[in-house]
Amino acid sequence: MADRPASVRINDFEEVDTGLTPDEAIAEAERCLQCKKPLCVKGCPVCIDIPAFVHAVAEGDFRGAARTLKEQNMLPAICGRVCPQETQCEGACVLGIKETPVRIGALERFVADWERQEGAELPEVARPTGKRVAVVGSGPAGLTAAAGVARAGHAVTIFESLHEAGGVLTYGIPSFRLPEDVVRAEIDQVLALGVRLKKNHLAGRSVSIDELLGYDAVFLATGAGLPVFMGIPGENRNGVYSANEFLTRVNLMHADAFPGFDTPVLHGARVAVIGGGNVAMDSARVARRMGAKVFLVYRRREEDMPARKVEVSHAREEGIEFVTCTNPIRILGEECVIGLECVEMSLCDLDESGRPSPEPIPGSEFIIDVDMVIQAIGTGPNPLLVSLIPGLERGRRGNVVVDDNGRTSIPHVYAGGDIATGAATVIEAMGSAKRAAAAMNAMLKGE
Amino acid sequence: MKRLYRVELAIKLADRVYEYWIRAPQVAQHARAGQFLILRLHERGERIPLTISAVRGDAVRVIFMAVGKTTQELATLRAGDSIMDVAGPLGRPSEIARYGTCCVVGGGVGIAGTPLIAEELKRAGNHVIGIIGARSADLLVLEDEMRGICDELYVTTDDGSRGAHGFAADVLKRLLGERVIDCVWIIGPAIMMKITSGVTAPYGVKTYVSLNPIMVDGTGMCGSCRVTVGGETKFACVDGPEFDAHQVDFVELMQRQRIYTGQEKISLERYAEHQCRCGEGGGSHG
Ligand SMILES: Cc1cc2nc3c(=O)[nH]c(=O)nc-3n(C[C@H](O)[C@H](O)[C@H](O)COP(=O)(O)OP(=O)(O)OC[C@H]3O[C@@H](n4cnc5c(N)ncnc54)[C@H](O)[C@@H]3O)c2cc1C
Ligand SMILES: Cc1cc2nc3c(=O)[nH]c(=O)nc-3n(C[C@H](O)[C@H](O)[C@H](O)COP(=O)(O)OP(=O)(O)OC[C@H]3O[C@@H](n4cnc5c(N)ncnc54)[C@H](O)[C@@H]3O)c2cc1C
Ligand code: FES
Repeated sequence: MADRPASVRINDFEEVDTGLTPDEAIAEAERCLQCKKPLCVKGCPVCIDIPAFVHAVAEGDFRGAARTLKEQNMLPAICGRVCPQETQCEGACVLGIKETPVRIGALERFVADWERQEGAELPEVARPTGKRVAVVGSGPAGLTAAAGVARAGHAVTIFESLHEAGGVLTYGIPSFRLPEDVVRAEIDQVLALGVRLKKNHLAGRSVSIDELLGYDAVFLATGAGLPVFMGIPGENRNGVYSANEFLTRVNLMHADAFPGFDTPVLHGARVAVIGGGNVAMDSARVARRMGAKVFLVYRRREEDMPARKVEVSHAREEGIEFVTCTNPIRILGEECVIGLECVEMSLCDLDESGRPSPEPIPGSEFIIDVDMVIQAIGTGPNPLLVSLIPGLERGRRGNVVVDDNGRTSIPHVYAGGDIATGAATVIEAMGSAKRAAAAMNAMLKGE
Repeated sequence: MKRLYRVELAIKLADRVYEYWIRAPQVAQHARAGQFLILRLHERGERIPLTISAVRGDAVRVIFMAVGKTTQELATLRAGDSIMDVAGPLGRPSEIARYGTCCVVGGGVGIAGTPLIAEELKRAGNHVIGIIGARSADLLVLEDEMRGICDELYVTTDDGSRGAHGFAADVLKRLLGERVIDCVWIIGPAIMMKITSGVTAPYGVKTYVSLNPIMVDGTGMCGSCRVTVGGETKFACVDGPEFDAHQVDFVELMQRQRIYTGQEKISLERYAEHQCRCGEGGGSHG
């Protein structure tokens, strides 16, 4: 496994990491101690039997490894690529105390890629029960719940408002981290369980609330797709994007290939990306690939960035300039953007999160010369559908309130993923969807 | 990939203006006045919003002007052809209530959005006055239909080739001076909505305009469609498209509509060149 050199990869949208060869995979798997009480499994939100699948890899039994993975996770090629393993399974690996942990994520990806090439085996599906389940949203939460419920023999329909399934996997995460065909193939496997996908259906508009609540069970997985803007002057100038818009134009609509594809996007020569999370890194690296000089503007220090370390170092290698301890205060220009006015931040006291709380330094204002600004400071729960359902309890930030099994305040309505937790991770969305699917299956059986 | 949404009827109404009926059951069955749909012609297509102008069974009507690449390409489709994606209905429905006397004003291709609103207002028990205006007689659409729905209909053309010589705003101003009007809808190009809603402001009449910023998803996920209304940023696709006209920052709307002017030109030229080489542009509609 190796990263393609930064000087090469900034010219295309091909995957950065080329993956393991079979020999490398076996050698890596052989490092596993096969602990009696595996801590790695505890670190996995979907409880993959990690020692078993790693053992199968070490034996060269890739098919067996794939079977073990698929038992708990229908999207292993995706998770192997985007999960924060360093804080989950790999973070818990005992080998990590003295040397480096087993590269479980890389092995998961290897097995899933091998299976995709060799032909996937489908898990068993129970006989039809005659019960109907509606899933709203086809991101990782919706896909996982759909698979879980379909395997129990229920008839599942997924409603997706966009013209492609996948949620953030499709419109958000760029192809150099998660190629389109990998996502498509894993979605197809979910659909192959007999799940019906209705694209271009915005629940609450194309499907009425009464129709939706008429299903025997409903799973809400509409995500946290509502972009937050900073609220600074000049924000609606031409050339200011939310990360969601910029990434959607490029990933979903292929605006980078305009005019071969019809959707346009601005090509800034000098672009400021505001934020320090994965979304900011993705936006910066996409803009870089479109030829821009990119400044990543973050109000705290580099070590405080919430993005994965590997994304930060990839961004750095690709020539993204980090402007830290800096907060934007105004976007300059008339019709178009001509600069970003910022103020330096001093980091003294630690706040409740244990991170230093940034305070503006009076008189330290300066201007970064840019012609485009991308705001990647966060997203909120999608309010559209959930605000239309009478009696659905929501939290202060607009998220749907659920218990540990994804139950909402309405008996046969469940929710999971970012709409319940706020913006989180792919695997947490899948974990919550799995628990909800189990609860729905139990409820439907009991009736 | 299978193409799902069939064009049932394609009619050329005027120079560059077309009426299409598209089969899209999930849109037709739920559409209300004031809403729109988003379509994507093919794998490489852009998502473009069009107002839902009428509904019959499982089909919806759109009326559009072929202004750029996507609308020109759409205009080459014939009955029986298919559109890859149609999503909707999108946006909030119009605020229909029993106001008393209502005026529904349409300008140019914006007239497309007026019949459903007029119809629902009528059904709610209002006295409905229609005012439709276009540059010239041949660009005036839906006159008969609006005459059938409204209690009174006024027609204007900029060049006087049909109806009164002048703008819809002139008629609206006259009516406001003569009698009490309780609520007004204005749909048309941004500049027309700006000027026409300026007429109702001194009278303090509640006035709705249907905003048309550039959109992508149409579901509130990207913020491309953001507009400033009453000093606050709103997403036209989910908070609108109809807003209180007197609160709208029209200058910003018009500025944001121009973001991609350069690229739109490239796209159109490339398409025109391709059409010439393939010799399939134009053609007759029936
Ligand atoms: C740019 C970016 C990079 C990221 N990188 C990582 C990463 O590296 N690792 C990681 O673990 N996580 C990452 N995340 C976070 C992760 O993608 C999300 O936590 C995860 O996708 C949430 O899944 P979900 O199924 O809850 O929602 P989503 O993936 O948001 O899917 C929701 C779906 O519901 C649809 N929908 C919404 N409303 C309706 C409606 N009314 N009717 C029908 N359909 C509707 C939407 O169109 C969407 O397709 C990233 C997020 C972004 C934006
Ligand atoms: C809610 C809404 C309802 C609309 N209803 C109608 C209608 O009923 N009939 C009609 O003729 N037109 C309507 N429009 C405008 C229509 O969407 C644009 O004319 C169309 O997108 C132009 O695409 P194009 O590729 O042909 O032209 P382009 O050359 O790409 O663009 C021409 C102009 O159209 C606007 N435009 C471009 N792309 C978009 C986009 N993705 N979203 C919105 N506007 C865009 C821009 O201001 C641009 O300058 C509506 C727009 C909105 C937002
Ligand atoms: S079009 Fe994307 S939020 Fe309105």
